[in-house]
Amino acid sequence: MLALPAAAGVLHQPFWINACTRIVIFALVAASLDLIVGYGGLVSFGHAAYFAVGGYTVAVLAQHGIDAAPVAWVVAVALSALLAVVVGALSLRTSGIFFIMITLAFAQMVFFALIAIKAWGGNDGLPLGARATLLGLDLRDPTVLYFVCLTLLVAFVACAAQLVESRFGIVLRGIRGSERRVLALGFPTFRYKLVAFVIAGAGAGLAGALWADYARFVSPDMASWSRSGEFLVMVILGGIGTLAGAVYGAALLLGLESVLSGLTEHWMLPLGLILLAIVLFAKRGVYGWIAGRDDG
Amino acid sequence: MAEPALAVRRLRKSFGALVVTADLDLDVATGECHAVIGPNGAGKTTLLDQLAGELVPDGGRIVFAARDVTRLGPDARARLGMARSFQIPTLIADLTAEDNVALAVQARTATAMRFWRSAYRDSTLRLPARAALARVGLAARGSVAAGDLAHGEQRLLEVALALAREPTLLLLDEPMAGLGHDESRAMIALLSSIKGTLTILLVEHDMEAVAHLADRVTVLVAGRAVASGSYDAVRADPVVRSAYLGGDA
Repeated sequence: MLALPAAAGVLHQPFWINACTRIVIFALVAASLDLIVGYGGLVSFGHAAYFAVGGYTVAVLAQHGIDAAPVAWVVAVALSALLAVVVGALSLRTSGIFFIMITLAFAQMVFFALIAIKAWGGNDGLPLGARATLLGLDLRDPTVLYFVCLTLLVAFVACAAQLVESRFGIVLRGIRGSERRVLALGFPTFRYKLVAFVIAGAGAGLAGALWADYARFVSPDMASWSRSGEFLVMVILGGIGTLAGAVYGAALLLGLESVLSGLTEHWMLPLGLILLAIVLFAKRGVYGWIAGRDDG
Repeated sequence: MAEPALAVRRLRKSFGALVVTADLDLDVATGECHAVIGPNGAGKTTLLDQLAGELVPDGGRIVFAARDVTRLGPDARARLGMARSFQIPTLIADLTAEDNVALAVQARTATAMRFWRSAYRDSTLRLPARAALARVGLAARGSVAAGDLAHGEQRLLEVALALAREPTLLLLDEPMAGLGHDESRAMIALLSSIKGTLTILLVEHDMEAVAHLADRVTVLVAGRAVASGSYDAVRADPVVRSAYLGGDA
């Protein structure tokens, strides 16, 4: 991931840097989602909502003249975490299909709210102004933005990897295995699930903020249910419960999309077949295949 | 008379028209091993689920550790000192046996969330976990995933989890179920060794185990306590004999 943009930068090919930035941003969402899906067993079908809230926060702040990235990103993370507190508090009392449906319903509410708010462009979305800085760095430079995004992704995955090995993490795994048992041991499982859910929402919010600065444009599409589905597909492709696999999942899905859509306009069909094959034949996704161990 | 460890008063529970707990009174004295026996469908597991907090009773009171715990959830009751084993082994299948016990140790020491230090290299969790595994005879099986253990080993692990929690009241739901002869012997020996160090409520079908372990026996029939006393006294009770043999007394 480091070498490719370095080479591309030398060759002055911003196309590749932009492609890599997209992968890194989506990998951040997928890694945050894997934290709750892979370790907590909480299949959220509304993860795009936090991505959109993060993005819109940056766009709306820019609309009001606040274009300093650290401020905008911190606010974006805080607001998406806040949304996750509300959604989590209501949805985590349920489980299984009900949990999936409630998280989806909340994401749909965010989606339609964004369409309805005309001040933020409604259906047309909201472009960002020309300026964007991070502590003196110019985020309009694709290479700078790429390395900023990469740094944040690496930091997030490293922290999450530490988290899942901690006391908190082992309780989370316990909940996925048998919530009844973990309750019987005396853990207030709801609080553990909520904290994990909020961390995941905050991660997706950060990715949304990065996306706004990358695309210089946000739209309600960021919160759509198909986006949420895409994030889940990335997690599954990369390998559920692997964190780092999210990077492979994001790269593979985005890569396949761009290659196949260049070959045929019916690119969804071969994409579906390839996804099917990976899910059927690689138990722990691409990560399990590359790491060469199938210990799940 | 000392305060009982667990006091149940007029406990009631129905599923639709089916009464599973009918105005049940039960006292478990501190330090005793109290067995609850009864024919299938007598409501033994339903009673245990209410005591542990997994099922909310329709009426009545449960007093534990001098507190009314009737409305508390299973996690709150565990933090007050209750631990239970499940009739169907309920373990975290994809974690190792040692990880399962370490989680129980963690539940005892602190339920505060800690996000950073590795729980897998924490000797304050690992050493007590290994000790608990050794106590139930699973010292050599710590690195095996709980789901891959044999049935008898899973039963022992259930007990190890409960013991690692260091409870004052242990609720055991048919710990002998599905065990072979030698395994039953080992389980009885294990439970005998912990008897007296804490209060035990034992729901059990295996009469050999009850005869060995119970200080007092309560017989449950159709959600009602029909007899209570020593094993021999209860066995001689004509009401109990008719309930078990199904004939008229």
